Amino acid sequence: MTLSAEERAQRGLRESATFDRTTIAAIQRAAETGIYDIRGWGAKRALPHFDDLLFLGASMSRYPLEGYRERCGTEVVLGARHAKYPVTIDIPVTVAGMSFGALGANAKEAIGRAVSAVGTSSTTGDGGMTPEERGHSKTLVYQYLPNRYGMDPDDLRRADAIEIVLGQGAKPGGGGMLLGQKVSERVAGMRDLPAGIDQRSASRHPDWTGPDDLTIKIAELREITDWEKPIYVKVGASRVYYDVKLAVHAGADVVVVDGMQGGTAATQEVFIEHVGIPTLAAVPQAVQALQELGVHKKPDGVQLIVSGGIRNGADVAKCLALGADAVAVGTAALIALGDNHPRHAAAYEALGSAAGCYDDFQDGQDPAGITTQDPELQAALDPVEGGRLLANYLRVLTMEAQTIARACGKAHVTHLEPEDMVAVSLEAAAMARVPLAGTSWIPGVTA
Amino acid sequence: MTTYDLSTTPLREVNTALHAEGLSGAHVITRPAGAHNVAVGVDAPVKITIEGHVGYYAAGMNQQAEITVHGNAGTGVAENMMSGTVHVTGSASQSAGATGRGGMLIVDGDAAARCGISMKGIDIVIGGSVGHMSAFMAQRGRLVIRGDAGEALGDSIYEARIYLRGTARSLGADCVEKEMREEHLEELAGLLKAAGHEDDDLTAYRRYGSARTLYHFTHDNEY
Repeated sequence: MTLSAEERAQRGLRESATFDRTTIAAIQRAAETGIYDIRGWGAKRALPHFDDLLFLGASMSRYPLEGYRERCGTEVVLGARHAKYPVTIDIPVTVAGMSFGALGANAKEAIGRAVSAVGTSSTTGDGGMTPEERGHSKTLVYQYLPNRYGMDPDDLRRADAIEIVLGQGAKPGGGGMLLGQKVSERVAGMRDLPAGIDQRSASRHPDWTGPDDLTIKIAELREITDWEKPIYVKVGASRVYYDVKLAVHAGADVVVVDGMQGGTAATQEVFIEHVGIPTLAAVPQAVQALQELGVHKKPDGVQLIVSGGIRNGADVAKCLALGADAVAVGTAALIALGDNHPRHAAAYEALGSAAGCYDDFQDGQDPAGITTQDPELQAALDPVEGGRLLANYLRVLTMEAQTIARACGKAHVTHLEPEDMVAVSLEAAAMARVPLAGTSWIPGVTA
Repeated sequence: MTTYDLSTTPLREVNTALHAEGLSGAHVITRPAGAHNVAVGVDAPVKITIEGHVGYYAAGMNQQAEITVHGNAGTGVAENMMSGTVHVTGSASQSAGATGRGGMLIVDGDAAARCGISMKGIDIVIGGSVGHMSAFMAQRGRLVIRGDAGEALGDSIYEARIYLRGTARSLGADCVEKEMREEHLEELAGLLKAAGHEDDDLTAYRRYGSARTLYHFTHDNEY
């Protein structure tokens, strides 16, 4: 019989804060298996996040826009610095790179349908571009990753933008993983590998190693595509200030910064929870780098896309207020499609998990039919319905961000600024570089 | 025949011209002076001759074209080639033929580190020796080395095949010598012939490939 928390307390039993039950289970699992834990999702630990920021709605010193009448723009132009055809998105929310392989074809189709419905972009992943994905996504960003699985110059030309991936927030410094359970014949064929084997993606690009090389690589991609496409550079948040500066110097049109709450399909648990910095801390560093280079918020400047733990319109607005031009959602997009939905509770429990906790994206047994290549499991996700749900979610994010922007008197969501916010914790004030609420104190900035 | 002088014509103009729809015939690029990204992204059954040394990524992502570099090539020559041939008469720097998915890369001289890294179907014939970590994570295709190989040849190799005439300073993780059967001798003969080395003694070559012990995660194979 398992004792309830109350019964344990009555008996004077006390759990260790250091060795709590999750930690004990992890030690026992390691002892039994002899291999580290691999899982999906992003960091689950509590981190200073956007919840610790609040907006200063207008009153006397500022006046607001009418909530339902006055225009509050949401469109964003990305990559006008060098590209013949910059990308224009109607809303400041994009869908982050998730590979065909990590996700099933239905999920990729649903994402494509959703982004096309709301006028934004989706992104491929490590595994190449599928015809379905290209067909359903009006605006598609093609990722250029260390392993170059399925890398095809024809797809480069078919893409609307190219994103060179140096890392992702869940694992800055690490390569991807795709376990054999998900390496179907089609996935393997696209990656030029045998089916059913565990795929380890490299953590470094095979033909360049530093910022000077990246300059030449970006030039190559521009030459191949006749300078038509914006080139994004994506970094996992760690030394953000320096990485963003180097990316801009190398010629990036857009920099994508992914904080440690950003998700993954499969990575070592220790990596997800202990490498990288929170999104909240990453954004001001990126903005500082762009400002110092004179390319922040300029028509021919470099745009900043931020991802990692974006959940609602308030998070979107806070990111934009800190200086991002747009955000990207990944985990939240999967949740909108049905990931971790209570209707799958019994199936999650049969897998040893629970609705709300499921993160074994690497196993390919997803009851929601999203992170799987199994045709029977994928049937749980209708791409049309999934597309409708995700489009709804993206619309809500946008409307919520507009609500806040209007309240702050802004005629465009990207007009939000740090001055519109305060922090409710010292950590958030220091990381976001906004004053602690009720004071003019920004730790580390003002005396 | 069209000639482009890279000392007077901007690279962008040259590459754009080489991307013209329905491109045909022969094209010569003179005075490259080590320029990067020369003749990248070509997708046409044309002959391109580059008269001199080139920098990074020459002939990158080539499709269909027959490209000859009369000189040395910098990092990533013929990277991610899909089809066609790229011939370097001198030596090549690092990552020659990286991630190539098809076609043939011929280097008459040596190739530096990481030759054929992550190759995915390309055939590479190196006249001389290759540097360390060559054929790292090589997935598909064939790498022929007429000289020696540096350290960690074929580390974490998948299904690519390596033919080596000289010696490797060391083999990488999961790379092992394999039996040279009749079909491999035939395959090697064809590759050498295509690269202009048909007189080589086939019996002097040895074959290397994957032991396939890293194909699934276990506590024994975490390097």
